Amino acid sequence: MTTTVTPPETTPAKAAKRPRLPKSARAGGQLHGGPIAYAILILFTIVSLFPLVWTAIAASRDNQRLAQTPPPFWFGSNLFNNLEIAWKDANLGEAFFNTTLVAGISALTIVCLSTIAGFAFAKLRFKGRNALMLIVIGTMMVPPQLSVIPLYMMVAKLDWTDQLQAVIFPSLVSAFGVFFMRQYLIQALPDEIIEAARVDGASSWRVVWHVVFPTARPAMAVLGMLMFVQTWNDFLWPFLVLTQTGNPTVQVAVAGLGRGYTPDQSLIMAGALLGTLPLLLVFAIFGKQIVGGIMQGAVKG
Amino acid sequence: MATRHDTAAPPAKEGGAAPGRPPADAVPEQERRRRARLSRRWQRDVRWSPYAFVSPFFLLFVAFGLFPLVYTGWASLHQVELTAPTDMNWVGLRNYTRIFDDDFFWNAAKNTLTIGIISTVPQLLMAMGIAHILNYKLRASTFYRVAMLAPYATSIAAASLVFVLLFGRDYGMINWALDFVGVDPVDWQGDKWPSQIAVSSIIIWRWTGYNALIYLAAMQAIPQDLYESAALDGANRWQQFFHVTLPSLRPTILFTVVVSTIGASQVFGEPLLFDANKGASGGAEHQFQTLGLYLYEQGWVNQHLGRASAIAWTMFLILIVIGIVNYVISRRLRASS
Repeated sequence: MTTTVTPPETTPAKAAKRPRLPKSARAGGQLHGGPIAYAILILFTIVSLFPLVWTAIAASRDNQRLAQTPPPFWFGSNLFNNLEIAWKDANLGEAFFNTTLVAGISALTIVCLSTIAGFAFAKLRFKGRNALMLIVIGTMMVPPQLSVIPLYMMVAKLDWTDQLQAVIFPSLVSAFGVFFMRQYLIQALPDEIIEAARVDGASSWRVVWHVVFPTARPAMAVLGMLMFVQTWNDFLWPFLVLTQTGNPTVQVAVAGLGRGYTPDQSLIMAGALLGTLPLLLVFAIFGKQIVGGIMQGAVKG
Repeated sequence: MATRHDTAAPPAKEGGAAPGRPPADAVPEQERRRRARLSRRWQRDVRWSPYAFVSPFFLLFVAFGLFPLVYTGWASLHQVELTAPTDMNWVGLRNYTRIFDDDFFWNAAKNTLTIGIISTVPQLLMAMGIAHILNYKLRASTFYRVAMLAPYATSIAAASLVFVLLFGRDYGMINWALDFVGVDPVDWQGDKWPSQIAVSSIIIWRWTGYNALIYLAAMQAIPQDLYESAALDGANRWQQFFHVTLPSLRPTILFTVVVSTIGASQVFGEPLLFDANKGASGGAEHQFQTLGLYLYEQGWVNQHLGRASAIAWTMFLILIVIGIVNYVISRRLRASS
């Protein structure tokens, strides 16, 4: 009981000092991370990167070595050989060309349409604006899987099976894109600039071309990369309408490698590595911008 | 924030009421008509261009989102075969009764639920913890963020194939590591719970970093003085997390829960490619067949597109129910705060 009583002489000394913020007040952005924080982050980084590194290790070995314990932890000498065979087996050259085309066209269209629609929602006043914006947000909640069957019927009727346009058309819009550009333009585009352009006699389309597009360029670049990644990685729909021998995208080709009847694991890993490498390169170069873009799209609802 | 363009100044050609200009009746008739025409065009432009700007999105959405969704409902009332997708015979609700009588449907529904829970809950909890740590002042913080987002750059196909190898029963890295610490090997593809955990781990691996970034963004938007006043009131760091950070993140948490729930309801590629038999059954005993995979099996393996449509619409109805529950919970939460 005696320990709970504070010695009387320390109390006035404390009160005399200027009240300092307790250490815990500086949590949330101001506090420096301690060793435990670094340990957790490094562990998590290793877990994030390990499967990728191990794909490369497995791709550099041969099938016999992969069917042994312990599993290999370091690179072998078979990498380029495996990459070459996987490239040929999975028709990856054509697949890369196809996927670049599909993802490029989709990303470009999404970015342009999202920018002008986002501009209208952010800066123009028109009847039904809020209702339409609610619909846009609502469409983000509808899973694409639910419309797969009629789309497949449409494609079958149009005779587009194995044709790239079957993949391109349904991926030309993105509700997320509209939302993302709206959030950006609300802040980045001052009303005065639009008004000034209006006073100078610019039509709405000229405003879009000469004011909105230049202002939105950084966000357009980020959205373009996000949409490129998303379309590049899209699996379900291309898997349904494209065959591995017809006009595969990279994902269809890579999945096909895994579904062969005599699977050679090192070849599958080589294919998986090839399918992932281009995007990892994009991330290595533009990672900071992509992270910033995702974080920017997340705040303010 | 919106600008009223219709109240903005008219175009320069019309001139406005600049002093020193000749009075209006001095302008030749032809010129006046030209101005009236320009002015009308101006009005029309201001009035209709917003609709022109948003219409491409809505046209494409109606064509490739809304129409197919409704048509799926229509097709679910018909017998449609993959071999002749345009031949539709009205069967009423029979597709629905057929799938509800199918044990594999309920099995798939249960698997979707359990895989959804074991992939979403740990994923969001870990994302929250990591976001909290990333919110400290750190060296090389950009590096961690980019590294954590690397799985997001990998595709379902590549990630699933790698995890099949890592989870291999005989030579897989995970069983080897378990053996190292004295745990018996686990049949990650054959047994029910291990296979569901393995499939979920692919999802967790790909999405945790992404969600962590979303939480981090929301945390950074919380004003510092909230923490300072909480600390002055004597709250320690845990109390601050629970009484300042979490309440401020409520909308973001709800958003990620909704998005992850939708994602979990349609898991397809992971179980498809995780299957050793390369089939759509989700393992030899359907032990990790999800609703998405069941839909694919009915539609594209058994070629019953009508029945697959019924599955799709059932999934849609379930999602609507989840959406309503979410809405009610979020309103309750808002009311209580």
